[in-house]
Amino acid sequence: MIIRILGEGQFEVPDSELEEINRLDSVLEHALNTTDDDVQPALDALLDKVRAVGVRPTHDEFVESEVILPFADAHEEEIRAMLQDDGLIPG
Amino acid sequence: MGLWQRFTLIFKSKANKALDKAEDPRETLDYSYEKQLELLQKVRRGVADVATSRKRLELQITQLQQQSDKRTEQAKAALAQGREDLAREALTMKSGLDTQIADLQTQHAQLADQEEKLVAASQRLQAKVEAFRTKKETIKATYSAAEAQTKINEAFSGISEELGDVGLAVQRAEDKTAQMQARGQAIDELLASGALDDASGTSKDSVTAELERLASTNDVESQLAAMKAAIGGAQAAPAIGTGAAAPASEVTAPEAEGQQQA
Repeated sequence: MIIRILGEGQFEVPDSELEEINRLDSVLEHALNTTDDDVQPALDALLDKVRAVGVRPTHDEFVESEVILPFADAHEEEIRAMLQDDGLIPG
Repeated sequence: MGLWQRFTLIFKSKANKALDKAEDPRETLDYSYEKQLELLQKVRRGVADVATSRKRLELQITQLQQQSDKRTEQAKAALAQGREDLAREALTMKSGLDTQIADLQTQHAQLADQEEKLVAASQRLQAKVEAFRTKKETIKATYSAAEAQTKINEAFSGISEELGDVGLAVQRAEDKTAQMQARGQAIDELLASGALDDASGTSKDSVTAELERLASTNDVESQLAAMKAAIGGAQAAPAIGTGAAAPASEVTAPEAEGQQQA
């Protein structure tokens, strides 16, 4: 599965890792939905995992990502905005 | 990854919309390539802008640091004169400056981080754009317009996403730089107004004014003492013979008091 981290580029992640990535994604989703949990550590954990297990495609490969993840330094409001229809994307 | 599916779709549809497709798919490649070169220029300008902002912050931090050091010196000077109240006031001003310096240093670190990311984005895009140019020529040479469609669509979508990503990174850097420029402007104005930099002499703060008054009083006193000594010395010599030393000093003393009052 090809995953893009905004600002960093694409990572090809083996399917065997998807279960763990999905779990980390659920943690992030939970943090976003509750006021008690901190979003930043959850986002860091998810992105770190993708970076750790992912392999960068070569520059001459032009493939679409299946999933796009936020910037590593995105704030909570920014992440929420990304999940709205008219968030941060230019154009 | 349910959370991000919707965002991914929105992102891709917008990224694709930003690049209109031409009728002849092969023209689409050329058009897309032009857009890539434009973005590359934009990213490079972005890097330069962030670097300019960063340097400006560095200059401001240096200026504020000089002001802060000056307040420390003033506090020492005030204490040496036994004016604890004045020393306290100078240190209060220094503390305000130090808070601003710390704030600017945080911003500086953020800007340096943005700069680093943009440089990396610029390098990534540069490599992508070069690879795209090669691919574009290969596709145009190998396939007819009709045959090339699938290959072109693939390359087009892939590069659109890349452009969307880099475009967004540049936009974020620009927003950040604009915010800091507004704040930087405020500090520049503050420095220029003399509120921070009393060396300009336009508006002196109370500590500087009081210290200068003390300094000038001391200066008058010491000059006076020197004059007294000189006159006293000059008159002391002939006084040995004439015995006129006593009346001379009576004249000098009221004169000195008069000067002091003025």
